[in-house]
Amino acid sequence: MLKKKKREGAEINGSSMADIAFLLLIFFLVTTTINVDTGIGMVLPPPLDPEQEPPPIRERNLMKILVNSQGLVLMDEEPVPITEVRDKLIEFISNPENDEELAISPDAAIVSLKTQRETPYSIYIDMLDEVMGAYKDLRDAASRSNYGVPYDALADDSPQQDQIRDMYPKKISIAEPDS
Amino acid sequence: MANFKKKQAGSKQEVPTSAMPDVVFMLLFFFMVTTVLREVTLKVKLDLTQASNIEKIEQKRLVSYIYMGPERLPGNQIGEDKVQIDDAIVEDLGAIRNLMYDKLIEEPRLIVSLRVDQNSEFGLLTDVQKELQQAGTFRINYSTKREAD
Repeated sequence: MLKKKKREGAEINGSSMADIAFLLLIFFLVTTTINVDTGIGMVLPPPLDPEQEPPPIRERNLMKILVNSQGLVLMDEEPVPITEVRDKLIEFISNPENDEELAISPDAAIVSLKTQRETPYSIYIDMLDEVMGAYKDLRDAASRSNYGVPYDALADDSPQQDQIRDMYPKKISIAEPDS
Repeated sequence: MANFKKKQAGSKQEVPTSAMPDVVFMLLFFFMVTTVLREVTLKVKLDLTQASNIEKIEQKRLVSYIYMGPERLPGNQIGEDKVQIDDAIVEDLGAIRNLMYDKLIEEPRLIVSLRVDQNSEFGLLTDVQKELQQAGTFRINYSTKREAD
């Protein structure tokens, strides 16, 4: 007699599932790049209306930085080595001794950066880095004295951060090079 | 007295592995979601400069890239400085205005990340920035590497 074989419940063998998943996992692990884009953030000004006069700026509130294509720096018509730019900027912005020549108050200070068309990008970024560094030092100092923590440790968009930012707003103007 | 039965030390201790596929799948999904598979093929040579006072851009979805650097020519040659947006080199700088304006309409909080070769000249950058001003994309970011202290 042919005895009918009793059918077992059909099952998919799931033991290799983990292996398949591991293989895929390793593939994505290798191909993933979790590098966050880092850089210097800036906000460009709106385009200038040719008929409109630029707003008047008092001479003492403006720090003109000129950089030529060799990386030599002029700050308010004085040659300055690049290593001293940051200290000079901090002095200009904070103006601890109320010098007549330096900025009236930190929030009125404007830093104007001008380069030549031939200036390599790396020199321009180095200069911008120094300016950003000067503002960072000032904000850190203010934050430490007011709240006891560096500026970066303050919560984003908290009133404390806003207050420090209003004390030292970054007013940086990127001038167009003369052609 | 009380008869303590010594726990059998010889009994096999096994870690339950039945949840392993679930764990692995969870990791897999995480990496699948975070992976950006297709990077743009660069047509310009790009060697980023370094800076120390930099910030991170957390929202990668808002970022649109503009590449600037010497063009790569066949046979390992290097040509003039060129601007690349998405996958194509933009020959006419005036076209950047419309390109970026379209992107701004799609994503109003657009951040333009300028990835510029460290040896390229500032003149080209300022031309591109003028176009960006016309397009209304004011938030920019100079992409740099972190300076090793």
